[in-house]
Formats: sequence, structure tokens, C-alpha cells
Amino acid sequence: MASIELKKVQKSYGAVDVIKGIDLDIKEGDFCVFVGPSGCGKSTLLRMISGLESITGGDIEIGGEVVNNIPAADRGLAMVFQSYALYPHMSVRQNLSFGLENINTPRAEINAKVDEVAKMLQIDMLLDRRPKDLSGGQRQRVAIGRAVVREPRVFLFDEPLSNLDAELRVDMRGEIASLHRRLGNTMIYVTHDQVEAMTMADKIAVLRLGEVEQFGEPLELYNRPRNIFVAGFIGSPKMNFITGHVDGSDRSILHLDTGETMTLPDTGFSHQQGEPVTLGIRPNHLRVSDDGPVKVQVKSVEQLGGESYVYGHTATGNPITVHIGGQTNIDFGDSVHVGAPAEEIHLFDTESGLSLRAD
Amino acid sequence: MGRTWEFLTATRGKGRLHWTDWASYGYLCAGVFLMFFPVVWLVLSSFKTEADLQRFPPTFLPYQQQTLSVDGYDDPLPLFEMVSGDYEGMILAQVRRVGLQAQMVDPTNPGERLRVSIDEYERVESVTLAWENYTGLFDRFNFLLYFWNSTFITVTATLIMLLTNSMAAFALSKYQFRGRTFVLLLVIGTLMIPQTVVLVPLFLIVSEMGMSNSLWGVIIPGAATPTGVFLLRQYMLTIPDEILDAARMDKASEWKIYWRIMVPLSAPAIAVLAILAIMWRWNDFLWPLIVLTQSENFTLQLALNSFQGELRTDWSSLLAMTVLTLLPIAVVFTFLQKYIATGIASTGGK
Amino acid sequence: MRGDGIGLTLISPIMRVIEIPMLGLQRLLGVNRLAWVFLVPNLLLFGLFAFLPIILNFFYATTGGDNVLLDDRPYVGARNFLNLVDCSNYLDPNSCREDKFWRAIWNTVWFVTLQVGIMVGFSLLTAIILNRDIKARGFFRSVFFFPVLLSPVVVALIWKWILQREGVLNAFLDWTGIGGVNWLVDAEWAFAWSVFLSVWAHMGFYTLILLAGLQAIPRDVYEAATMDRASPWRVFRRITLPLLAPTMLVVLILALIKGVQTFDEVYAFTGGGPGTATTFIIQYIYEEGFAGAPRIWGMAAAASILVAIVLVILTLIQLWVNRNNVDG
Repeated sequence: MASIELKKVQKSYGAVDVIKGIDLDIKEGDFCVFVGPSGCGKSTLLRMISGLESITGGDIEIGGEVVNNIPAADRGLAMVFQSYALYPHMSVRQNLSFGLENINTPRAEINAKVDEVAKMLQIDMLLDRRPKDLSGGQRQRVAIGRAVVREPRVFLFDEPLSNLDAELRVDMRGEIASLHRRLGNTMIYVTHDQVEAMTMADKIAVLRLGEVEQFGEPLELYNRPRNIFVAGFIGSPKMNFITGHVDGSDRSILHLDTGETMTLPDTGFSHQQGEPVTLGIRPNHLRVSDDGPVKVQVKSVEQLGGESYVYGHTATGNPITVHIGGQTNIDFGDSVHVGAPAEEIHLFDTESGLSLRAD
Repeated sequence: MGRTWEFLTATRGKGRLHWTDWASYGYLCAGVFLMFFPVVWLVLSSFKTEADLQRFPPTFLPYQQQTLSVDGYDDPLPLFEMVSGDYEGMILAQVRRVGLQAQMVDPTNPGERLRVSIDEYERVESVTLAWENYTGLFDRFNFLLYFWNSTFITVTATLIMLLTNSMAAFALSKYQFRGRTFVLLLVIGTLMIPQTVVLVPLFLIVSEMGMSNSLWGVIIPGAATPTGVFLLRQYMLTIPDEILDAARMDKASEWKIYWRIMVPLSAPAIAVLAILAIMWRWNDFLWPLIVLTQSENFTLQLALNSFQGELRTDWSSLLAMTVLTLLPIAVVFTFLQKYIATGIASTGGK
Repeated sequence: MRGDGIGLTLISPIMRVIEIPMLGLQRLLGVNRLAWVFLVPNLLLFGLFAFLPIILNFFYATTGGDNVLLDDRPYVGARNFLNLVDCSNYLDPNSCREDKFWRAIWNTVWFVTLQVGIMVGFSLLTAIILNRDIKARGFFRSVFFFPVLLSPVVVALIWKWILQREGVLNAFLDWTGIGGVNWLVDAEWAFAWSVFLSVWAHMGFYTLILLAGLQAIPRDVYEAATMDRASPWRVFRRITLPLLAPTMLVVLILALIKGVQTFDEVYAFTGGGPGTATTFIIQYIYEEGFAGAPRIWGMAAAASILVAIVLVILTLIQLWVNRNNVDG
């Protein structure tokens, strides 16, 4: 078990910077998720921590020790790969044993450890099979088992669930989370799926274009996103955004670009008169009511029984999603008015994208 | 009858045979004859005695004259059937022949000598395989030595080639290092200049290294073929890098990754290369012809070639030796046909 | 593919021993520079037996005498090349200083033209027929392919045995009343049979490549053409041939490269004779340099440089075609 600290970590291929000076402090025993759209550098960052990829600037510390020049094999980490990367020509048992053999562990000890881990991951009946004879979920377990059996200080997961179907993914999510609870190791988990991030993480780092947009606990990111990107990335369905500008002597009038106006709560935001701002409201915070400030033309309605989603757009064509608990009689072609409680409103500076929340 | 005909002439799902189908099968059958007959003829001929080989026109199957042990004679006597004259219809054994006359004996009555004219009889023959052509190779021609030379060259050169080529292919497919493109270009360069056009300096180098007239002079330069590096590299490029990364995380050294991960995973490509290499080295002719000048170092190919000059009349041994030279390749082909075909098609080399 | 076969148990200890120095080198050099260590054995072989000879070839070509050691060879400049091309009429080898060289050149040109033309033609025909809905396709394919595996000497002996004065072919011709011919004693027949033998031995290889090319043409293209009511001949002209063209080009160049280097089977078949009727350029090089005394290394090297130039051009075309295929 160990903490991981990144200090101004950089990576560039020639003139192209893919990781632009990242600072992160991952506490011992934390389950930390790197999330971001594809191409944001999250997998590269993970590989830099693992040592499979070199770094071109900054320091990586594992357990307080700078490991910049220590090869991957000697960092005491284990990694689960996206494609599982099982050795296709070895049986499951050989796959699990390979790493222990490489550090000259006595045969009896290897067998004991492999058996224990296999039992824990319920792959003990598969030990003599080859990877090609396993299902996707079983391969995933073997890949995890291969990491566990080595008893590493830190586990690294590189999009481990992206090759599984939706149902299995939910199961495996729970299993990895319970594995973390049982072993208590520091784990770093890379995914592009914010649902995985929200459900599994102690801490989430949202990455974009080689930079950390926000690092914090899941609900912190959800409730207090630092900028438009994080607000839009975390939470499903996506947050609704409408641009506008602030007016009125006490800066309490929000003129939306749709031509509509609404009143802002008098505290909590640090915005300037006339400043272009972006209003952000999550679909589940929108309420349909006749006195709602924003008029929405309904384009389609999804009735899921227990909940409903109304998709439409504003007068200027801005897409709007409304989440309604239970069922609704709103139908395609209707016009509805929506509004939101003042405390659920997010306000961002349109130019910088930063949150205008005062604190 | 009509039904049977319809069944025999039906193609897969298309109904009756078109005239082009007849033409196709006709062509293919002619091809089978043209490709197979020469080899069949070789094998049949190799079982004929020298006397039978001299016969013109030749018979299809190997025949030998029947002989019989007759009381009062030490050696078995050749049998003849009388087709005309006084003894027509009888089968007699020939004791000796003098000019156009022959002294015969009736096996049922060995005491009496009979004189006949040789145009009154025909030889009594039966199909018999002249195995002595083959056994003679071992007694008289040092066949085992040539076979051993060929085998030693083939096996050693193939092993060296597989090892060095797979190591190079691993480096060129899985590492990013300065100079990689340069090395790849060099390998392409050697692809362009085959050994046939550098024979003179190659011979100098080999003799300077003391390998002229030694099997190693054939083995070592033979292993410097670029085809294998290309073939294996192409295959290794398809092995995902993540598996190597996983092995590195498992604390495997790079050498261990090479022989515990890359080599087993490239087994299909290595098998193809092994077959190609075996074929190349076994059939090699020009380079061994230059390097190996003393007959005790001859490979089978060289031995065959020199015997056809020396022993112009001794076709029986030559044919038997040809069959034995052909045999290993035929066996390999029968068992590994699919590998060979796909391997050769994928490398474009032979 | 079983990992723990007998082979591995034999090799494993050796590999484990090699691992010790390799691990040291890995520590010393780092992972990426270790690539050079993996390359060393192969580069050593290439360097000594491929690159060095290419360079030395130029030294031989520009020096004279019959000494093999470079120190003892006098520099003669381009004289070897000039001797080779000293001709009053290139079409008539008798007017050339090195008449044997020019005979070999013209023999090779004729041989390659005929052999490649006939062989690629028959390979294409065979491939097209094998690509039809043929029963036992695998069998027929291997029948045409198996002579490829035979050694040149074996091929030569097989046909020599059939074609000899009292061979089976002459017996057949006598029987039909046409009458036999002493094939390999007649210059023109010997040349013709050399072409035939070479086609016989190698066509299976090109058939295989062309068949692979034909099978790579998607079936639905043909189905679409059938829906368009195209006649089989038009389908062949307008679909098969254009789509097969890149493969044809590769086959053609490969066949040319191999054809220029023809030596083994014809040498074992006719010995280059009768006279010089079937002496090709590689045999000229071999005989100048290795067969008799004095050994005229300079001429052999000069001639091989001329051959190398042809081969390099052909190979560059091939690489260029391959690249275009990949890109396109």
C-alpha cells in the first residue's frame, strides 16, 4: 500500500504536449478514477505512473519515493489492461503464476497463492483452460487475478470494463469495488464512463487535453463543478446549458439569449454587470410549471415507466432535457414552461468556462 | 441411368455442367498427368534393373526375368518360354548362350541339354521391384554421408536462421529505438541483392574465415536471408503490445518476453519460416557447388549432379538416389501442405 | 503450440542461461537500446555475408588477375566492364570480345521472355480455373504446386530421364509413328525443353499467388455484375482482370527476378549445352569465377554487378507496386 504523488508531470512527443504538468495527490488506500473523453491523456498518465511510458518532466512519487527512473517491473505495481492482455498460449494457472515465477517464488508458494486468488475471484474451476476458452467476464477475472496474486502496492486499471456488455459491466463494477474494500490497496482506475467513475471512486480526476480539470470526491464534482466541462461531463443525462448575460442594478436579472429573463438568487455568485454567462441546470432539477421562465418545444418524450425524459429545445434551438419522476402526459409537439429552484442553478463565465459560484 | 448421370454432372447448386466446366476439368486432368506422370515414372523406373532400364521401348512397370534353381546347377537359371520350334509351349531354363544358339534345360528333366535358336524363345518375366538399386546406394555410393551432410546443413542453418531472424524481428517490431528505420532499409537492401550476384566476394570471405570446403561455409552464409526477418516482423506486429506490457509488469525481463511470450505466440509464422528454410537449404545447389569441392563434403544435390556426369550409364543408382533425395520434401509436403502453401503465398518467396 | 513440449524442456535451460547476461545488458542499456543486442547476431550475419560482399564486389570488378586475395590484385579500372561491352555488333555475339558473355546475355533474354510469358499465362489460366466452382480444388491446387518443392537437380534428372534418347517420350513418339528426337543434343530443342522444365517447376508458385489474388476479389462484385446481366467474358475483362492487375504485376516482376537468376535446374539438365545453347548469365559468372582455371574473378564480378543492377531495378519496381497496393 502506498500513496502516489504527481508533481508537474509532463509528457511530450516532440513538440506535442500530451500531458501538460499534472499535480495530483492520491492518498494511501484511495480508489482514484481518471475520467475524461478519449484523447484526454488519461491512459497515457496511467502508463506513466506504471513506468511503461517515460515522463519528460516533473516527478512521480510512489510511497514517498521518486520513481521516475525505476523500470515498470520494480515499482511494485500491477496493472489490468483494457484488452486483458492475457498470455494466449498459457493456461489460466500459468497466466497467474508467470509473475511470481519471474521473481523466483518457490513453486509451492506460487500454487498456494494462485489457488487462493482463484478461489477469491471464483475462477478456480478454470485454472487449466486457455484464455481463448473463457468468456469476456472470466478473462476479466483472470486479468484481475493476475494483478492480485502479485500483491502489489498499487493497482492500476486501464479501462478494464470497456470490452464487456452492459450487464456484466455492472457486476464487475461491484466486484472491483468490493475487491478494493477487501484488499484496501491504493487503486487507480481509468475510464471514459462517468457512471463508472461516480459509482466506484473515492476521488475522481477529470482530465481534458492533458490537464486535470477538477480533482475531488464524486459528489463534490457533481454538486460543485469547477467549470462547464466538468459540469457537462459528470452527471447523466448531461446538464442543460443556456447562454445569456446579467443585467439589473443588483445584477439579479438574467437575460437569456432565448429572449427570456429570469431572476437570480442574490447571493452565491460573483458575476459582473453585462458579463456573458452560461446558465446550467441538471435535467432532474428542471420543473415543468406554467410560470417557468423558459419555454421548451417538445421534440420527443421517453416514458420509462418509473421516470420520464422530455427532450425539446428553446426558442433559439438550444437543446433541453427534462427529467420527470414517474409518468407524464406531456407529448410530442407540446410547449411547456420549465424553471428550477434557485439553489440548483449553476452559473459559469461563458468565456473562461469557470464556475461563478462565490466560494 | 439418367439419374446417375445427372448426379455425377451436377455442380454445387448450379445444376448441369456447362461446357466450360468440362473444359476446366479436362485442363485440370491434363495438368494432373503432366505434373504427376514424370514423378511416377521416375519412381517406377528407380525399381527397374539396369537391364530393364536399357530396354526400348520401356515397359511401364519394372519387370525382371524369372529364374529357377535347377538340380545340378549352382546358380538359378533364367527361364524362357518357347514360342516356336520343336519345344513350342515349353518353359525352359537357359544354361548358356553362344551367339544365336542357346543351351537349354527342361527343369522337369534336368539331365538332358537342349539346343535352341534364340529367336524361338521369349523371356519369362514378372513384375519385381529391384530393391538392390536402393541398397546398393548404401554399399557403393556413400549415400549416408551425403544424406548426413544435407541433413546437418539443413537443420543447423534452419536453427541459426530461426534464432537470429526471430530476435531481429522482435527488435524491429516491438522496440522504438534510434536507427530502426535505417536497419529496416538495410534489410530491404539485402532483399535486392541475392547471393547469386555476390558469389565472388562471398567466396573470398568464406575462404578467409577458413570455411571453404566445410559444411559451415554453406550453413553460415545461408542463414543471412532477409525474408525471414520480414515474415516474422509482419507477424509480430500483430501481437498486441499490451501483452508485452503485461509481462513487463509481471517482472519478466526482455529476454524472457522474447522466448516465453513472443516466440510461442509467433509459432505459426516460425513454423512457416522453418518449412521454407528447410526447403531452401535442402534444395540449395549453386552455393554448395562453389564451396564444397571435395566429394566427402557433397550434399545430396551435389552428389546427384556429379553422378549424372560420372556414371552416365548407371541410371539405376541415379534414379534411386533421386527418389531418396525427393522423399524428405515429399513427406514434409504431405503433412504440412497447408502451411507451405499459405506461407509461400504470404512471403512471396521461395 | 503446447507451451511445455519436449522442445521447450530442451531449450529452456539454454534460454535461462542466456537470460543472465541479457538481464545485465538490459540494466546497463535500458529497454529500448537492448533492441540492438537482439539485432546483433542477425546484423553480424548480414554485414559479413550480405553487405560486405556487395562492397567487395566493386573491388573485384575493378581489379584483374586470377588471385582471390584483394592485395594481390592489380587495379585495372573499368577495363573488365569495357571488355564485357567490347562489341562491334551487340546482336551478334561472335563480334564481341567476350562472345560467351553476350551469348549468355541473349540466351537469358530469350529464356526469360519465353519462360515468364508462358509461365504467367498458364499460371493465370490455372488460377482462373481453380477459382471456379471446382470439386477437389485443394487436390488440384497441390498437384500444380508440388513441383515447386522439388530441388532443381531432381527436376532436371526427372526430365532428363524422360527425354533421353531411349526415354519414354521417344518411345511414345515412335509408337505414334512420328519418330523420336535426340532432344538434348539439338540446340533448339534443348533450349525449348529448358523453358518447359522451368515453367513446369515454378508455375505452381505463381498460380498460388494469383489464386490468392482472385479469391481476394469480393464475391458480391461478381454478384452485382451478374445482376447487371454482364456476360462471363465481360465480367472477366471488366472486373476480374482490372482487379487482378496489381497481383499480376507482382507475379510478373517476381517471375522476372527469378528468371534472370536461372541456373540450377538448367545447369543440371543440360550443363549449359549443347555448346552454349542453354548457358545463362549466372552460369557465365559461375564458370568465369569458379569452374575452370584460370579463375577470372574480375570478369565474374563485373558481370554480376550488371545483373545486380537489373535486379535492383526490378526489386524497386516491386516495392513501389507493393506500396501502391497497400496505400490504394
